[in-house]
Amino acid sequence: MTVKEAAQILEAEVLVGENLDVEIKTACGSDMMSDVLAFVKDQALLLTGLCNPQVIRTAEMMDMRCVVFVRGKEVDPEILELARSRDIIVLKTKYRMFTACGLLYSGGLRGESGSL
Amino acid sequence: MSALTFRYEVPGDDFTRAGEASSDVKRKLKQLGYSPEAVRKVAIAMYEGEINMVIHAGGGEAVVEMDPEEIRVTLRDQGPGIPDVEKAMQKGWSTAPDTVRNLGFGAGMGLPNIKKYTDELRIETEVGVGTTLYMKVFA
Repeated sequence: MTVKEAAQILEAEVLVGENLDVEIKTACGSDMMSDVLAFVKDQALLLTGLCNPQVIRTAEMMDMRCVVFVRGKEVDPEILELARSRDIIVLKTKYRMFTACGLLYSGGLRGESGSL
Repeated sequence: MSALTFRYEVPGDDFTRAGEASSDVKRKLKQLGYSPEAVRKVAIAMYEGEINMVIHAGGGEAVVEMDPEEIRVTLRDQGPGIPDVEKAMQKGWSTAPDTVRNLGFGAGMGLPNIKKYTDELRIETEVGVGTTLYMKVFA
């Protein structure tokens, strides 16, 4: 799936990013950046309800390509600026976390295979 | 060849700026052509350390040495110190307050995660004096 397709599925607004033809195979959803840093491997897309600059920093450290803010969160311009400077795509969807993850999963996107 | 050395101040009063040093180190390592695996390991371990310094210790100093064989990261703070390092190394053990958890951190994964992503880790700590983390990642 491409980020463009994910954005369509989530009826998402694109806050940062011009080229959305970026291929993503797996995703993760979490409000705890500690857990993202500890457990995520190669997921390229992060869904979160947490809204601070450390979300973008975490995505940056994990080489993620796209952050999706769920529940229609208002995102601070400072956060968007940081994402822009790090070449990270930012989407915003009105769906809640569970539904947003479910929609992407139904659309073919997967989490990490296997357990810990 | 001698190592390239970089120094950073980690401000202790501004959570939004936590991670700036790690971000800069990550870009430098990439530019210098280190393997993506080594770059990622250093970035994650140092970022966790930086967050810890901001949450627990009121900031501190980071020194990063890059040489062809390995990357050494030293994080030094004058914070409260760690009373029980063994406990602090356990996954899920955390002294972070709820205010920190609301920011998405403090799950008790910081130090265990640093250990996971480094090839060598040494912790020097004294209660009331401060903590220094010596990390090493092979290139």
